[in-house]
Amino acid sequence: MASDAHGASLGSDAAAHGAAAGLAHHFDSYEQQRDSAALGMWTFLVTEILFFGGLFAAYGLYRSLYPEVFRASSHTLSIQLGTFNTVVLIASSLTMALAVRGGQTGRGKLAAVFLALTLVLGSTFLVVKGFEYHEKFVEHHVPGASFHFEGPDATHAQLFFSLYFLMTGLHALHMVIGIVLVGYVAKRAWGGAYTPENHNFLEGTGLYWHFVDLVWIFLFPLLYLIGRH
Amino acid sequence: MPAHVQPLKVYFGVFLALMAFTALTVFAAFVNLGPANTFVALAIAVAKATLVILYFMHVKGNTKLVPVVILSGLFFLFILFLLLAADYGTRGWLGVPGR
Amino acid sequence: MTATPSAAPAAGETTSEGGPRTHYLNAAYGLKSWLLTRDHKRIALLYLVSISVFFALGGLMAVLIRMELATPEGDLFQPDIYNRLFTMHGVLMIFFFLIPGIPAVLGNFLIPLMIGARDLAFPRINLLSWYLYSIGGLFTLWALLHGGVDTGWTFYTPLSTNYVTTSVLTVGVGIFIAGFSSILTGLNFVVTIHRMRAPGLTWFRLPLFVWGHYATSIIQILGTPVVAIAILLIAAERALHIGVFDPKLGGDPVLFQHLFWFYSHPAVYIMILPSMGVISELVATFSRKPIFGYRFVAFASIGIAVLGFLVWGHHMFVAGQSIYAGVIFSVLSMLVAVPSAIKVFNWTATLYKGSISWDTPMLYALGFIGLFTIGGLTGVMLATLGIDAHVHDTYFIIAHFHYIMVGGAIMGYLGGLHFWWPKITGRMYPVFWSKLSALVVFIGFNVTFFPQFILGYLGMPRRYHSYPPEFQVLNVMSSAGATVLGLGYLIPLVYFIWSMRYGPKAPANPWGATGLEWQTTSPPPVENFLTQPVVTAPPYTYASPKRGPEVTVGV
Repeated sequence: MASDAHGASLGSDAAAHGAAAGLAHHFDSYEQQRDSAALGMWTFLVTEILFFGGLFAAYGLYRSLYPEVFRASSHTLSIQLGTFNTVVLIASSLTMALAVRGGQTGRGKLAAVFLALTLVLGSTFLVVKGFEYHEKFVEHHVPGASFHFEGPDATHAQLFFSLYFLMTGLHALHMVIGIVLVGYVAKRAWGGAYTPENHNFLEGTGLYWHFVDLVWIFLFPLLYLIGRH
Repeated sequence: MPAHVQPLKVYFGVFLALMAFTALTVFAAFVNLGPANTFVALAIAVAKATLVILYFMHVKGNTKLVPVVILSGLFFLFILFLLLAADYGTRGWLGVPGR
Repeated sequence: MTATPSAAPAAGETTSEGGPRTHYLNAAYGLKSWLLTRDHKRIALLYLVSISVFFALGGLMAVLIRMELATPEGDLFQPDIYNRLFTMHGVLMIFFFLIPGIPAVLGNFLIPLMIGARDLAFPRINLLSWYLYSIGGLFTLWALLHGGVDTGWTFYTPLSTNYVTTSVLTVGVGIFIAGFSSILTGLNFVVTIHRMRAPGLTWFRLPLFVWGHYATSIIQILGTPVVAIAILLIAAERALHIGVFDPKLGGDPVLFQHLFWFYSHPAVYIMILPSMGVISELVATFSRKPIFGYRFVAFASIGIAVLGFLVWGHHMFVAGQSIYAGVIFSVLSMLVAVPSAIKVFNWTATLYKGSISWDTPMLYALGFIGLFTIGGLTGVMLATLGIDAHVHDTYFIIAHFHYIMVGGAIMGYLGGLHFWWPKITGRMYPVFWSKLSALVVFIGFNVTFFPQFILGYLGMPRRYHSYPPEFQVLNVMSSAGATVLGLGYLIPLVYFIWSMRYGPKAPANPWGATGLEWQTTSPPPVENFLTQPVVTAPPYTYASPKRGPEVTVGV
């Protein structure tokens, strides 16, 4: 990767570099800074893949060991609410992608509007999730002392619901963090902080948001769509 | 030099495709395909994920390093699944108690 | 003939003794300038202090353990307390000393210098890494002050989830947070090495220290999240009774072991790869020869990182894993020895016909090669199912991993500290005392741990505070050795601190080594280089009859 600073004296240029809006002192160009930010964010997302992956591994194991109980337990989840939430989250990915595009094209206020939409859709998802959790609580499907499941092999059903709450709970936690980030970025975008050369934080937030969507894309069929025939 | 800006229709096209896949996966859940149900559901999920990664997350047309990073992550996740399966899938094969 | 630029690259003002007038240590004063620094060099020093504290605490646990084991009866501590001692020894040493260890101190300091960059890719995240490490450490310290944990550092379920009343959650949180620190460090290194190399610095011109840290970073990024989820699941089971490992609910405790070891085996490569990177630098410099088979060593580093993820089940041969899985893991574990062996061969071949000098860093490097080989070979022994069934959970295992982690990793760390100390502080340490302590460490280490191979083979179990009287002689030997080893670690503490005030000032390149870090002043300026370095030659360009006169990396 070629560097513009070939032979340049670093001392005298430090001030010049710092003055260039949003170019950190240790980077030689906006391109280097942007590529680094993107690579960094993707590397972080790979850690998240492995993080959720451990839960998926546990899920895969227990589902293969207790297929009938998993199927019966899955049927107690609302396929309507699950599908609705999937649509909402994918829509929020669209608005997020459009927001990033706004940043790319230097339209900060447009980006902020799309970010606000993303925030609304994300919050809708969480509200629906909260309602689903409440339903589970009322039906005594929350693992622990008050767990009660109608059907054969009830003890193993706790495994399904443990994984259900752990996986969707961890996902929801990531969504909450995402919503906070989206809110922060929306405010900054509205204030004109992002330029076509440097909108790395916006782009990074977008990547994070899409990742959270990706996790749900796998959670939905695995938790809600087990053998509904 | 700013990154390549995708045309709007790409975003809307991908969104529609994702909606279609979602409908498809819900529909397929109600059809009895036996053990293939799980496979179909996962295949559709992978297709949706690929679209999101390539287009929403701008992996297509960008540096070649990012797909390498993603694939290595997935590779090692696959190793986790594979060797876990190697254990649990072969328990009891030898007739030795507890193995 | 030493490399030219102790006449440091123009521009910087020098003192009357020839050192730089302004550098990263005196550029700013005050607590805030350290605690809010973004300079990778200062962050490295913050880490140096923190990990030394945890090393001392972990060492204290070891002292107490060896005191107990000097007599066959369990007469110094109650069994309960003894459990806490070895658990905390493991937790502190592994998560708060060895894993951050070389990357956080030497990696942070040197990688930007070695690649000709002004800092790492994400300086603020680097600082955040240190704060996360410190917060994780504080949680663990809090737990230590409240009696620690007694499950063994491996936290096996259902003991850790359903039976013990000790601070499992607190330590778990501490390790979880420290894990984030590790991930962020790895992430920073990967992006830095990919995106911020100097002009002309192609991958195969990188020092092997950088290759070693790149491979380490891959493991940190991919492995740590899985232990994080394992800890989260234990916490969920303890606090919320969401039982994924609970046999009463149909869960499998061995699943925890799978998730735990999926990280914890690669973790041992996190601990050794940076050290191997250091050794490559030391062997090349003090043989005044390029490393034999540079590309093989570079690829071997990556090979160790990749293969290291395929072998975790060898910790579970007798845990209830299926025998077929055991066979698979056994074969893979033997494979992972190959890249390590390649490195040992190549270092040895580098020594052959080299111009060897016996400086302190070299003493540590030579010690490393021998001790790591013993540790590694015993590892291959353990990879065989038959032997492992016999010696699993005995002192043989303990001796094996201490040969690698202490005889290997820590020797590399000390060698590296002694090599780069002049660059980091601008001072030299007293040579006599440094060589003496290297010798003391080597002798003390072997007397401590070699008897443990024998003890384990004879059947002495690990994690027991009492043992049959016929094992006493070897145990006393081991405890005596531990005293000597401890002394060997204390002496450098004294003279390093002494040297910062009273040590002779060091030139830019006291060892006449190649590498970009030696082409700048000791200590370096804040921006690392006064002019952007450009690389025109491969690493380790020492003179040899075939090569002609020494070529230095162009500045």
